[in-house]
Amino acid sequence: MDAISLFINFGWPLLLLLLAYFIGNLLEKKHFSRIRKREEENIGFPTVSFDTMPADWNASSSTMVMGSIVISLDYFKRVIAGLRSLVGGRIKTYEPLLERARREAVLRMVEAARADGYDAVFNVRLETSRLANARGDGQGIAGVEMLAYGTAVKLQTRFSPASRS
Amino acid sequence: MSPVAQHGIVISNTESIPGKQIVEFYGVVSGNTVRAKHIGRDIMAGLKNVVGGELKGYTELLQDSREEALSRMIEQAQSMGANAVVNVRFATSSISQGAAELFAYGTAVKVA
Repeated sequence: MDAISLFINFGWPLLLLLLAYFIGNLLEKKHFSRIRKREEENIGFPTVSFDTMPADWNASSSTMVMGSIVISLDYFKRVIAGLRSLVGGRIKTYEPLLERARREAVLRMVEAARADGYDAVFNVRLETSRLANARGDGQGIAGVEMLAYGTAVKLQTRFSPASRS
Repeated sequence: MSPVAQHGIVISNTESIPGKQIVEFYGVVSGNTVRAKHIGRDIMAGLKNVVGGELKGYTELLQDSREEALSRMIEQAQSMGANAVVNVRFATSSISQGAAELFAYGTAVKVA
């Protein structure tokens, strides 16, 4: 086995793995800091998961709002998860991935509601669905869709976050 | 603008419309759409799969499809004479490799 075939067989996947790890980690950190910043901006915009509207809200109009994101499972995470599944247990690499997708979906829903002038969202529901692989062998595109949806309302007496204690 | 606002019909994922009373029920309405992935999007997504992150092409594809399913549901409700759809639910199913069905359903009602 010469050096080139050795590289193709072992070096290339390893290089890809390292590259995926560093770039993926960097992107994830950046995304999380963006999410935190946007969440701070939306403090005071109530999102509630109750299926009935809180009694002190008096809505003048309502509509359904949605936010969604499709996030991919990167190469490094898939390899780690593959190794993990041999022994079982917690797959730590997938946890921040799903968390950031879910928080992003909620943020998009909130931003959509705010853009149309709504004051609050209730009956927030979160859904997760796995997208089919592009090829049947389990390779190819793997992605997860997160959907957040709820009923946005315009309130007649708009409460301020400070007065609700 | 959401498809919901364009049709002038109120939709909600709760069992009633906030601040309104349901006066008449028309029954379950639904809308679906089956979409296949774009080959160009698939190649881009393949690259994105190395480092991870959002697959923007897919996000848009699913958003468009969901809006289409919703507007079909709304059209059906309108043809019945309803002015609102309550308890809207979504379902996604992948029917074959590379194709997905997006399905929206709810109860058509008249509110006053």
